[in-house]
Amino acid sequence: MTKQEALFNYCLRLADTSLILAQRNAEWCGHGPFLEEDLALTNLSLDLIGQANSIYQYAAQVEGKARNEDDLAYHRSEREFLNTLIAEQSNGDYAKTILRQFFCDTFDFYFYAELVKSKDETLSAIAEKSIKEITYHLRHTSSWVERLGDGTEESHTRMQDALNEIWRFTGEMFEMNEVDTILIKEGIAVDLNSIKSKWESKSKEILDRATIKIPANAFMQRGSREAKHTEHLGFILAEMQSLPRALPDAKW
Amino acid sequence: MNKDSQGALWEVFVQKKPGQPYVHCGNLHAFDAEMALQNARDVYTRRNEGTALWVVPSASIVASSPEDIGPFFEPANDKVFRHPTFYKLPKEIKHM
Repeated sequence: MTKQEALFNYCLRLADTSLILAQRNAEWCGHGPFLEEDLALTNLSLDLIGQANSIYQYAAQVEGKARNEDDLAYHRSEREFLNTLIAEQSNGDYAKTILRQFFCDTFDFYFYAELVKSKDETLSAIAEKSIKEITYHLRHTSSWVERLGDGTEESHTRMQDALNEIWRFTGEMFEMNEVDTILIKEGIAVDLNSIKSKWESKSKEILDRATIKIPANAFMQRGSREAKHTEHLGFILAEMQSLPRALPDAKW
Repeated sequence: MNKDSQGALWEVFVQKKPGQPYVHCGNLHAFDAEMALQNARDVYTRRNEGTALWVVPSASIVASSPEDIGPFFEPANDKVFRHPTFYKLPKEIKHM
């Protein structure tokens, strides 16, 4: 694998995760628990789409095959997407949506803080811009995790159920492969081992405050680094890509 | 608070730039001060409307009532000498 191929793959991993998570959250648009929270989650989605857009643009440039950001988002199939498994999990109830977002926010918070130091100037600049948005996302979602976990009996049960369901998708966020090895050597990528303990202690701090417990079963599902996904991704892409695939030249 | 409650009402004030007054821009629902502040950020400052926020429980606002219009405000109508219209103001002063 060349450095260029590794960088393209790395960008897709980041952009796909932001896009798929944004698409999932956007499913709540108009259905949020109340108006203010509906707007909050939609804002968050738009931030993620903005991040995905910038990274796809750069990925297209790195690839150098005259594709653009829309081609990468709308004209690739399930087995080409490199988003993390946690990002594609179904919304479930609001507890599950918030907890999924909280785990991703916590990851992004530490990840982008490291990516700012990347020797790749474009990725560093994107990270610098994103970190402000992510800092707010994390503040918002961590207060909701705490509020629901330590809320009523019902909200506590729902938050605990959500944790039991999605905890197993958190392990592979830190998985590294040849792409990471090549890019870490170049000073471009983030060594995910370096942020894992920060992610764990932040997650534990908030989950403790939310009075919910990490499941004892330590099994972790993996696969996204090889573009192997859960059954959900195909359905997300079918919906998200239907318009540009039916009308490839459609313009806003 | 009934079962369908979306929380208490809060009034939101936005400051456009440092040094300018906080201007009332609307209200929202929230269950506590931190949530009110976050909701205010998401509902009222999405499009560069400001750089600082106040949120105040609506119940803490003391308001005059419509019946007060007469005794409170009308006596000011016929006292033109209270307005600075008899002075020549320098051009530089725009908001008097």
